[in-house]
Amino acid sequence: MTEDAGEVEVAVTVDATGLRCPQPVIELARRIDGVPVGSVVALLADDEAARLDVPAWCEMRGHAYLGEPTPATFHVRRTH
Amino acid sequence: MSVSDGRTSREPAPASPPGGHFDAASGERLHPAAREAWLAAVEQGWADPARLHHEARRARLLLDAARESVAGAIGARPDETSFTASGTQAVHLGLLGLGHGARDGRAVHVVPSAVEHSAVLHAAEHLARTAGATVSTVPVDRSGRVDPQSYAGQVAVAGAPVVAALQHANHEVGTVQPVAEVSAICREHGVPLLVDAAQTVGRLPVPAGWDVLAASAHKWGGPAGVGVLAVRKGVRWRSPLPADEREAGRVAGFENVPAVVAAAAALEAVTREASTEGPRLSALVDRLRAEVPRRVPDVQVVGDPVQRLPHLVTFSLLYVDGEAVVTELDRAGFAVSSGSSCTSSTLRPSHVLEAMGVLTHGNVRVSLGRGTTAAEVEAFLDLLPGLVERLRHASGAVGL
Repeated sequence: MTEDAGEVEVAVTVDATGLRCPQPVIELARRIDGVPVGSVVALLADDEAARLDVPAWCEMRGHAYLGEPTPATFHVRRTH
Repeated sequence: MSVSDGRTSREPAPASPPGGHFDAASGERLHPAAREAWLAAVEQGWADPARLHHEARRARLLLDAARESVAGAIGARPDETSFTASGTQAVHLGLLGLGHGARDGRAVHVVPSAVEHSAVLHAAEHLARTAGATVSTVPVDRSGRVDPQSYAGQVAVAGAPVVAALQHANHEVGTVQPVAEVSAICREHGVPLLVDAAQTVGRLPVPAGWDVLAASAHKWGGPAGVGVLAVRKGVRWRSPLPADEREAGRVAGFENVPAVVAAAAALEAVTREASTEGPRLSALVDRLRAEVPRRVPDVQVVGDPVQRLPHLVTFSLLYVDGEAVVTELDRAGFAVSSGSSCTSSTLRPSHVLEAMGVLTHGNVRVSLGRGTTAAEVEAFLDLLPGLVERLRHASGAVGL
């Protein structure tokens, strides 16, 4: 489910700008366990595939995809 | 070195490479029946079939027989069936002709599914750019299938003649589309439907209900350079190109008679073989669908598991670069294709995977061909887990 992405407090920002798929998703996966359950990771990724692969990864891993509040920035909430 | 097989000692038989050719959906190996027919037809059918002398009449007879045979296989009349230079050209002419055939020359509204072959989407864009057409695509579900009711919503447009397009089966993920239902809806609204059957002719029965049908010979084991464009009698279709008398005015230029004859021979052969070959390949695909996710962690098998092409399965490997896996599989002797585009910043990921909302990286399409054996599939299943593990290790995607 997509929550209101504009209001969230970001715990950590992961900069994957300039990296090609699948590296942005790998960076996200590496860093998600570093934040407390319930908090939000912002992933910066300008690769075209990220817009599709970040939500797909969230679904595979059971984390919550919050959306893309600004272009090339993706918010993901750690849920477990 | 033996010369008893007709080879000289300087030309040893190439060693049979390990692995397998799993890219039949891009192009099937030439069927032996096609080779034989082509060789005969270059001797017998080289002349211009439009002329009146005896060599020409012989070429015309060969062309007519091929047309009758292909028309029979796709459920068309011979006079509805034309040969093009490719499946792509058949799709282009098919859709543009529907666009130009609209009543009173009005701009049309084009309704393709979101997962059509790029040839369909590019033809729709061309109509938009050159003839003022509007385009709206019909979404698909996670399996890649359209909901016929979505077509009902989009073809009922007031104010513009509508043209619809739907593939029989998807070329990237294998999902078979509800052509009969969509056709009934289109008919109800008086909307002509182009059916792209490039992936199914010779493998599955062609569904009735098309107004324009497009197919491609090299996908069924015919030669490259032959496509099929069929236009149902009474359908408002007008050639978008300069006038030419060939192929009932639908396709310009001197027909490639030997290639067309070879394409027809291949289609006859594969249609005969389909009742045994289809289930055989389908069982191998079932095995791949079950075993790949069992042996390789973090795999998404995509496309409908049941309503699918008999010979094709697609999966996406999490944390893996699709091009890298294609390259590594090729090194091991396996030819596959991928809808991923992780290497080039100018290429976008597959619009099919995007429309389905599934993982786009690490994508592998396996499409089995006439020569594929169970042993090749087992060798692939044995190879894949280690290969994927090495790629994930190399990119630091371990334990994620």
